[in-house]
Amino acid sequence: MLIRILLCCFLLPHALHAAVIRMGPSALLQTVADKAQPGDTILVAAGLYPQHDIIIRKPLTIIGENYPVFDGGKQYQVFIVTAENVRIQGITVQHTGRSSLVDMAGIRLQNVSGAVIQNCRFLETTYAVYIQHSRHCTVTGNQIKASATDELQSGNGIHAWKSDSLLIKGNTIAGHRDGIYFEFVTGSSILHNVSYNNIRYGLHFMFSHHDTYSHNTFRNNGAGVAVMYTKDVTMTANTFYHNWGDASYGILLKDISDSRITGNRFSKNTIGIFMEGSSRIHISRNEFSSNGWAMRVQASCEANVIEQNNFVDNSFDVATNGTMMLNTFRGNYWDKYEGYDLNRDGTGDVPYHPVSVYSILSERIPATMILYRSFLTNIMDQAEKVMPSIIPDQLRDDAPKTKKWKL
Amino acid sequence: MLTVSKYVFLDLLKNRSILVYSIVLAVLSFTLLGLSGGSAKGLLSLLNITLLFVPVITTLFATIYFFNSLEFIELLLSQPVKRTGILLSEYAGMALSLAAAFILGVGLPLLIMVPVAASFMLVLTGVLLTFIFTSVALLIFVLSKDKTRGIGAAIIVSLFFTLLFDGLMMAFIFTFSDYPIDRALVGIMSFNPVDLARVLMLLQLDVAVLMGYSGALFKEFLGSATGSIYSVACMICWAVAPLLLAIRVFRKKDL
Amino acid sequence: MIRIEKLTKSFGKFKALDNISLHLEKGQAVSLLGPNGSGKTTLIKSILGLVVPGKGSITINGRLVSKDESYRAGIGYMPQIGRYPDNMTIEQVIRMVRDIRKDPADCDEELYFRFGLNKVRHKKMRTLSGGTRQKVSASLAFLFSPDIYILDEPTAGLDPVANEILKDKIAAECARGKLVLITSHVLSDLDGLTSHIIYLQDGRLMFHESVEQLQARTGERKLNKIIASILEKQNLITC
Repeated sequence: MLIRILLCCFLLPHALHAAVIRMGPSALLQTVADKAQPGDTILVAAGLYPQHDIIIRKPLTIIGENYPVFDGGKQYQVFIVTAENVRIQGITVQHTGRSSLVDMAGIRLQNVSGAVIQNCRFLETTYAVYIQHSRHCTVTGNQIKASATDELQSGNGIHAWKSDSLLIKGNTIAGHRDGIYFEFVTGSSILHNVSYNNIRYGLHFMFSHHDTYSHNTFRNNGAGVAVMYTKDVTMTANTFYHNWGDASYGILLKDISDSRITGNRFSKNTIGIFMEGSSRIHISRNEFSSNGWAMRVQASCEANVIEQNNFVDNSFDVATNGTMMLNTFRGNYWDKYEGYDLNRDGTGDVPYHPVSVYSILSERIPATMILYRSFLTNIMDQAEKVMPSIIPDQLRDDAPKTKKWKL
Repeated sequence: MLTVSKYVFLDLLKNRSILVYSIVLAVLSFTLLGLSGGSAKGLLSLLNITLLFVPVITTLFATIYFFNSLEFIELLLSQPVKRTGILLSEYAGMALSLAAAFILGVGLPLLIMVPVAASFMLVLTGVLLTFIFTSVALLIFVLSKDKTRGIGAAIIVSLFFTLLFDGLMMAFIFTFSDYPIDRALVGIMSFNPVDLARVLMLLQLDVAVLMGYSGALFKEFLGSATGSIYSVACMICWAVAPLLLAIRVFRKKDL
Repeated sequence: MIRIEKLTKSFGKFKALDNISLHLEKGQAVSLLGPNGSGKTTLIKSILGLVVPGKGSITINGRLVSKDESYRAGIGYMPQIGRYPDNMTIEQVIRMVRDIRKDPADCDEELYFRFGLNKVRHKKMRTLSGGTRQKVSASLAFLFSPDIYILDEPTAGLDPVANEILKDKIAAECARGKLVLITSHVLSDLDGLTSHIIYLQDGRLMFHESVEQLQARTGERKLNKIIASILEKQNLITC
């Protein structure tokens, strides 16, 4: 065997046909990997491997059979990848250590490109996949689960920092601090992931330009999803569900510009979209249903266009903190709209004011919420319709739809 | 005393007013739920109707019915029966038939068109309100000297709970908004069964928005199961207390 | 059978009954007379336990009225105005009262049949005339063959035929040794039935005497004449 490998090394220095190496729990993966040739495939048999700080220094493919378990003994990191084109597939990584000095990762990608981490399981890791200074890496189909309880003691499911052209696809992430964390990551895609029950954000996204995330589901995360300080983000067809709390959002948009939010569903969140300091965002064809506030658009936002969305069963449709409104609402469907459509073109003939009196009132004096939906509230809303005095007049939809958009 | 209850219940089931009440509720329910396509919007309109109609109609109808039954109650009391028994039977017959009318008028359409948890809660609150205001009507009946005064009192009491109370509470909130009044508000609210019913529904329909406020009121009371349990408990007290008081007064009342 | 001792009842400042003592025995047919507001109804209601006495006591067959309600098993009461739940049928009303009385096997249904109520038993109370409702009240009062009958204006609104049937029944029950207490405005109705007369005025007992005694005292035979002559005398005194 050894002779054959040696022969391969000498005769085929570029590993024209790579070798397949099998190993079991009695062997050390570090040793096997060090001995393997670039391009070799290591097949890891099922079993428990209490091995840690395994450094992959050459382009290898590591495939687990029936999810062999690599256990960091709650003290160490498990895999550190420093070579190009490494592929890790079908293994279980569990119990990494926890440290305030080092971010302990299940699999760490360090200055690499072309790495693929596929169909792995991560259990009780501080950071499951940790990507830094890397390009063209793919993380797909992984099950990532932990049971973090507080922000300081825990790490993120998929953590990417200063990287480019990543593809994060089809992963399920739960119980971390942030499900997916992106900082200074550009030109990347986050697709078809499910991120839930994380204690802070389902997706935490900063300084990451030209990225796309779509078809993801974010639910029951402590504070929802935060997208901040970024240009040119495309957010489509995601589901933001059941993010409850006084600082919890479907999405928090802070200093975002030139972006697109299309075809998403915001359901049962305390605030569907919270926008602050954001501009030139096109928000269209989204469905906002059963949220506390569908949107909160702060006065620091400008030139955003909100059109062709459905607003249904929200306690309040829109809230704001000023009287100025430099954004455009048009052609949305509001279930609270009570205007008429005489020429039957599907567009209401009188404008709709999405900010209700009671939402303003309750913001000034929260205690008034105890009287919400009483007969008195209805009277106040009707009175305001006849004689507007409190609600910002500029915030209105001049062409509200009378029928729901089919989204 | 199940006997008398049974006959009162059967009598009321054939009562035209109860029939009309049930039909009006059913028509409203089907229309509102139909218009809104079975969404929460229809549920909310129904909530408003429940909070307004049930207290007013229950109180008025029950008071009038009790006064009209005065001679019959006298006749029953000339039989070897206890006063408490007769009064309780009248109450049970009345409350059950009004509750049946509400369940048929509102519960059935809801069950067909919006079978969600909030709908069940709405039916529950409606039934609780029916029991409460029948109880209040009974108290008005035993305390009033004659029918005219009784009906007057019924109108005032039901309007007080449906409209006036909230106005006063709003005034209180505005006046003392700079002070920590959260707990006081929960206390004050407990004195109005209509508000308790409304908060029960609020906890079903608007938890998302309630979670968005800070303060003890929202964190401790409205934000957890405590709020619902407290409200239901208070409402049960509201049904039982006037009933017990009515029995006490009725035991010594000259008919 | 009925012993009333120093019964006083006030409604606010108004004294409805003022220190009334009465002993009524079985076999008597007692007419309770007096002008409107004299306390007749209050007295009846006190006996029935519908009005709680202020002072004094009422004992029926040796049992205190205020103690418990069981004494009422021995009383048949026919109210002045019979009002019943609108949508109950005659049959249901009778059924219900029988159920309350634990449904005794042998009931006196004579009046029920003689009034012809069995033919209209499926009619709702709402649709009945005042007279028919009176018939129902009367049937109920006599249904359980009680020892004491309390009949408040029993003949008002009854047609002459029914009137006679009722009077026959009252006479028969008296003859069986029952105590009958009747109030009525129409004094001629009570002729021949009454053995004793109680006269109340302003809550006070004016007299309680047997008809024979009164006839002897006034020399009149008819009840209304007797009463008229007594009242005249009293007016003379008070004037």
